[in-house]
Amino acid sequence: MTGWARRRWLLIAPPFLWLLVFFLLPLGIVAAISLTQPADTIPPYTPLITRGAGGIEIDAGTASYRLLAQGDGRAYANSLGFAALATGLCLLVGYPIAFAIARAPKTWRNPLLFLVILPFWTSLLIRVYAWIAILQPTGVINRALEALGLIQAPLLLIYNGFSVVLGLVYAYLPFMILPLYGSLSQLDESLLEAAADLGARPAQVFWRVVLPLSLPGMAAGALLVFIPAIGEFVIPDLLGGAGTPMIGKVLWQEFFDNVDWPAASAVAMALVALLTAPLLLAQRLVERPREGET
Amino acid sequence: MSRRLTLFRAAALALGFGFLYLPIALLVAYSFNASRLVAVWGGWSLHWYGELVRDDKFGAAAWNSLRIAAMAATLALLLGTCAGFAIERFTRFRGRAVFGFMLMAPLVVPEVILGLSLLLLFVASQAWLGWPAGRGLMTVTIAHATFGCCFVAVLVRAQLAGFDRALEEAALDLGARPFGVLWRVTLPGISPALVSGWLLAFTLSLDDLVVASFVSGPSATTLPMAVYSSVRIGVTPEVNALATVFLGVVILLIAGAFSLIARQERRRLSS
Repeated sequence: MTGWARRRWLLIAPPFLWLLVFFLLPLGIVAAISLTQPADTIPPYTPLITRGAGGIEIDAGTASYRLLAQGDGRAYANSLGFAALATGLCLLVGYPIAFAIARAPKTWRNPLLFLVILPFWTSLLIRVYAWIAILQPTGVINRALEALGLIQAPLLLIYNGFSVVLGLVYAYLPFMILPLYGSLSQLDESLLEAAADLGARPAQVFWRVVLPLSLPGMAAGALLVFIPAIGEFVIPDLLGGAGTPMIGKVLWQEFFDNVDWPAASAVAMALVALLTAPLLLAQRLVERPREGET
Repeated sequence: MSRRLTLFRAAALALGFGFLYLPIALLVAYSFNASRLVAVWGGWSLHWYGELVRDDKFGAAAWNSLRIAAMAATLALLLGTCAGFAIERFTRFRGRAVFGFMLMAPLVVPEVILGLSLLLLFVASQAWLGWPAGRGLMTVTIAHATFGCCFVAVLVRAQLAGFDRALEEAALDLGARPFGVLWRVTLPGISPALVSGWLLAFTLSLDDLVVASFVSGPSATTLPMAVYSSVRIGVTPEVNALATVFLGVVILLIAGAFSLIARQERRRLSS
């Protein structure tokens, strides 16, 4: 860019160094701590590097990972399964909404989009809490069904897989709608008309024109839901039960309840490993439109 | 398209927004409930708001949260604007791929990892360098500024992509220096992104439970931490009242900022 030449480092360096120190370096420290063992000291792990009689000694072990492998595999299966299910449901629920907004009168679109984004600006904790009052045995749904005489005993709607997936869909739906809307609003109207003129029925227009053209939005939305959902803590903690552990909650419990920092770090590394492939995919998706420029 | 589709679209919007907003509406309604039991309507009452005012546990936590959010959002705005400008305008520099990754990853990396990793960093750096001396407002602020600046960068980058470069080139041709152009042409031109970026960083900080729980110290309980500890005990109408106040403040703030931006846009288009 003209005029910047060498001075551009003045703009690049502050955020670059900040993120290097406060994002990338900490991930390296997590990797290091995951190789230590828990101890009754402050901080509660054995030192990785010590200055012994024979110079610098490194005391690294994989005990935390062995514990991880022997432990409960359900948390990993649940995290992947619930996140995948929530992603699919978000796609099913979000697609008609995004489509309707993209086809709404022009003056309506921005207010409607604003209404989609607004919950994202308010507290996730509060929005998840709101569902407890709705789903619990003495909650809104069960009271209403009892009053109507449809059920004798309260339905078990909370502290199971159902409530966790419901919470995930509720919390991450805006992340699906926004990129979908981005794709659908750029759709060329004349393509739809051309397909209709050539004799395609509305369902065929949708399956063979609209859906393929909105694939980038679907992919972006799916990643934006799937990646954070895997490591979610608040939702499985407040809406889940003992039978529905997820990785984020396991990490939290190892750290806060068991005060086992090496184990928590090992769980974090496993989570990072799970996320690497979708993260790289997401970055390629973000950078792709710019490839022609550089 | 046919009329049946229009009906279908109206239904999609109604059901979608019903799903998004009904739980929040119920939460607000039950904050005015005289009964202690959720889902049992005992008539309108402001009783729980009175309890909330008398309970000083939440007041101190709210003050902590507001101070952290203001500092973190300002720091995030400074860092994020530099980052958004750099990644959008400088298409070739060493480390650009790493930079892009570091700007994107905190947006989606689970909060438990951000929180744990920053805590381990603070503990290690305290042991090796003596800094930070303890954990509290400052460590939470640093943590919140870290993910906040990535969100600011996304907004700045998006707005810069649609910004007319000819204005900058004209200023350069007229003899302005690059930093002068940035300060007097580019930044005013992307001011909506700066306003919404600061607000987004502010509300993200205000909402954060997980990262703050890891990096905060005993003296710096934030509002979400206080809410979380009472939510774990059970649903109480007092938390509903607090949530209603919180939602009201955030929604007023956002709606005010967006109408301001919209009015500015209109004025610029009409002039």
